[in-house]
Amino acid sequence: MSIDITTAAKVAKLARIKVEDDALPSLAEEFNAILGFIEQLEEVDVDGVEPMTSVTPQRLKRREDVVTDGDQQEKVLSNAPDAREGFFAVPKVVE
Amino acid sequence: MSDLNKLTLADARDNLRDKEITSVELTEACLSAVDRAKALNAFVHDTPDLALEQAKAADARLAEGDAPSMCGLPIGIKDLFCTKGVASQAASAILKGFKPEYESTVSQNLRDAGAVMLGKLNMDEFAMGSSNETSVYGDVVNPWKVDDRNLTPGGSSGGSASAVAADLCLAATGTDTGGSIRQPAAFTGIVGIKPTYGRCSRWGIVAFASSLDQAGPMTKTVRDAAIMLEAMCSHDPKDSTSVDMAVPNFEAALEGDIKGKTIGIPKEYRMDGMPDEIEALWSQGTEMLKDAGAKVVDISLPHTKYALPAYYVIAPAEASSNLARYDGVRYGHRAKLSQGDGITEMYEKTRAEGFGPEVQRRIMIGTYVLSAGFYDAYYNRARKVRTLIKKDFEDVFAQGVDAILTPATPSAAFALGEMKDADPVQMYLNDVFTVTVNLAGLPGISVPAGLDKQGLPLGLQLIGKPFEEGELLQFAHTLERAAGFVAKPEKWW
Repeated sequence: MSIDITTAAKVAKLARIKVEDDALPSLAEEFNAILGFIEQLEEVDVDGVEPMTSVTPQRLKRREDVVTDGDQQEKVLSNAPDAREGFFAVPKVVE
Repeated sequence: MSDLNKLTLADARDNLRDKEITSVELTEACLSAVDRAKALNAFVHDTPDLALEQAKAADARLAEGDAPSMCGLPIGIKDLFCTKGVASQAASAILKGFKPEYESTVSQNLRDAGAVMLGKLNMDEFAMGSSNETSVYGDVVNPWKVDDRNLTPGGSSGGSASAVAADLCLAATGTDTGGSIRQPAAFTGIVGIKPTYGRCSRWGIVAFASSLDQAGPMTKTVRDAAIMLEAMCSHDPKDSTSVDMAVPNFEAALEGDIKGKTIGIPKEYRMDGMPDEIEALWSQGTEMLKDAGAKVVDISLPHTKYALPAYYVIAPAEASSNLARYDGVRYGHRAKLSQGDGITEMYEKTRAEGFGPEVQRRIMIGTYVLSAGFYDAYYNRARKVRTLIKKDFEDVFAQGVDAILTPATPSAAFALGEMKDADPVQMYLNDVFTVTVNLAGLPGISVPAGLDKQGLPLGLQLIGKPFEEGELLQFAHTLERAAGFVAKPEKWW
């Protein structure tokens, strides 16, 4: 598997990271070095092996479906780059 | 008493309780050491006022005879931990200015145990790195030096390692996703333990790879690691993977004896091109444990070779998902937008400006391995290999092995900048001996065991059975006594 410039651009788009066109060739090259390393995994016989979902044997705990927290609007908004009238403000999303 | 900052946790604790010193004196000694060590770039957000306030409160408790386990002991906290009202940036530009409204469970546990926080410690950005060169605050410098080059303290908990090795604080918190406690501990001649996955709550620690991340202490001695680990561990309903198990008295466990216990030496950790000195140190460590009465057996962990490639699928995949939250909306940095920019441009510009190159690389690799068409080939295959890696360990423990001895790192500390032009995979190889332990969720500890020819510290790693940190610390304590590592870096900063 080899990553070309188009694929690198697509991955950057999916990851929502702006990458300038002139940076794409070196990015693709780095991806290929890392993926080349990862491809060793193809040598392993994984037939019948379950993919790991939890490293400890315990089941995820359940709890009562009740409200345990809330009413902290000011604290929730205190670190926002742009908060107005009790909301997070963002550029217009709907025309 | 002079040089109070050079005390171990255990000695300082005993001196405090015997009223030979006060926490304020101890804290002032550390704060002054921090002030004089700017060249190391270990502390990045100092909190002297908070520290002195906590020290006064600790002295009052000590006077009343109501002193919890870490009462009055000054420590540093890795920048990855959210600390209420104190900058917590994960060494990233994207969290610039972030001051959490809450305290991580682990740092709260330490506060509850009476510990004094001196400030926040430098690290690799989002804990991604092995040399502390990816931090927005700049490189951390290792207090150990053999010529005019500045050396790396390792990473990602490089600030913690450097600060403890240079006696700026008595101990520090670290976190370990692929070796980020144990590798820097080895590079700086200190002790670092990553407990079993689930021992320490991850709540309030900025997430990197949630199925691998664990917090742990970085200390001057194994005894100190036992004291601090016990204070950090707890069951926490706010972390669904935190285990509901009693936390043992780890310090008491040190008194045990390893006679008749079995140590495994895995043949797959004898790598091609491994420096002779590391090979020799490993053999010496084996002899030391044998002399202490342990039985030594050769074991095989056949999937070791595939641990790093599996890690570099799983960790970036989880990171790409965890780091999706940094979108310029709720906290941290937001890029300046141009006329006509919509929300997608806001995300893309914010993330391009806020994340450094290594973090961007890992997010994108993670995005790729999780994308449609590659999910099975990469992500699911890596998770299957992870199952096999864990089974390797289960098999040897089932054969009666109590702990496993390996080198901690494939080399001693290297120079800052030395790996600048290497491809990213070369840097990843630093974690070759430590990453298996995260994939299998096991406890692992790095113990300083000797110096190389140049005079730089080298560490050995012991790997224990799940939730048997007490026994693991006992092995580490035995190794520490036998190795008798007392070297300290010569002060140049």
